[in-house]
Amino acid sequence: MKFGIVVFPGSNCDHDVYHVVKHLLGQEASFLWHKDTSLAGIDCVVLPGGFAHGDYLRCGAIARFSPIMKSVEEFAAQGGMVFGICNGFQVLTEAGLLPGALVRNAGLQYICRDIYLRVERQTTPYTSRLKAGTVLKIPIGHGEGCYYAPEEVLRALEEKHQVVFRYCDAAGQVNAESNPNGSLRAIAGICNERGNVLGMMPHPDRCAEEILGNAQGRKIFESIMHAWQQARRTRI
Amino acid sequence: MKARVYVTLKRGVLDPQGKAVCGSLHQLGYREVTDVRVGKYMDVTLGGLPRQEAEKRLRAMCEKLLANTVIEDFRFEIQED
Repeated sequence: MKFGIVVFPGSNCDHDVYHVVKHLLGQEASFLWHKDTSLAGIDCVVLPGGFAHGDYLRCGAIARFSPIMKSVEEFAAQGGMVFGICNGFQVLTEAGLLPGALVRNAGLQYICRDIYLRVERQTTPYTSRLKAGTVLKIPIGHGEGCYYAPEEVLRALEEKHQVVFRYCDAAGQVNAESNPNGSLRAIAGICNERGNVLGMMPHPDRCAEEILGNAQGRKIFESIMHAWQQARRTRI
Repeated sequence: MKARVYVTLKRGVLDPQGKAVCGSLHQLGYREVTDVRVGKYMDVTLGGLPRQEAEKRLRAMCEKLLANTVIEDFRFEIQED
């Protein structure tokens, strides 16, 4: 399987993702400069964390007009997997590939710590190896991660089961104390209607091997591989 | 020609920054303040366009890039040289 990792000026988790997919999972990976336009041979596009274009104006606002984004939009429209982590999630909302927006954390501060999130749905390529209700411990690192969408959009997201991850406590309970940034409905990650585009604020790329003290993020990358292998099998 | 573009958070979108400023004003004794919303403005200099065309293009600039209409409202004023 081949991962394409988009590099914007200011991306800083591109190498984390590369390390996970290439060295830990043994898959192919290549960096895609934001001015590139070809996604030939790529099975999953990753928009990594960081501060693309300095987060100027709004997080992701300028990155969403980088030349590669047109190809990413086409790739997504064809059903290709597009995975946005943290800043990548912000880029996806700015691009309109996912609904809503990520605004300043309710507490105003940049938060960098482990949080818990609950998997709400197994039937996405990103959670294919995770049962609904599974609780994962994964770090966040963001100042603008408060998920906002108008009420009618939130209702539609719930009805179509597009909320894939919610902030929770260690026991899987969703409550005000376990919501680090004030996200509406404790949303930590959502997918599009089709399920092929996913954005999440927590960083599975930062916790995918035991030497880092936590390998739980690896399950998300393994899910992607599993889903891809399954899809391939049905094609053959 | 200059345009001043104002971008403000829509009503209903939490503005923690505005809340913090409001709290600070209260601490300074300005008890009459009931709410503060923080927005931003951008001075855009443009040339060679009739006013009507400039307005049309500015609106497009706001919708495409300068504001995120999911969370923000915008308005602008054009000042002729």
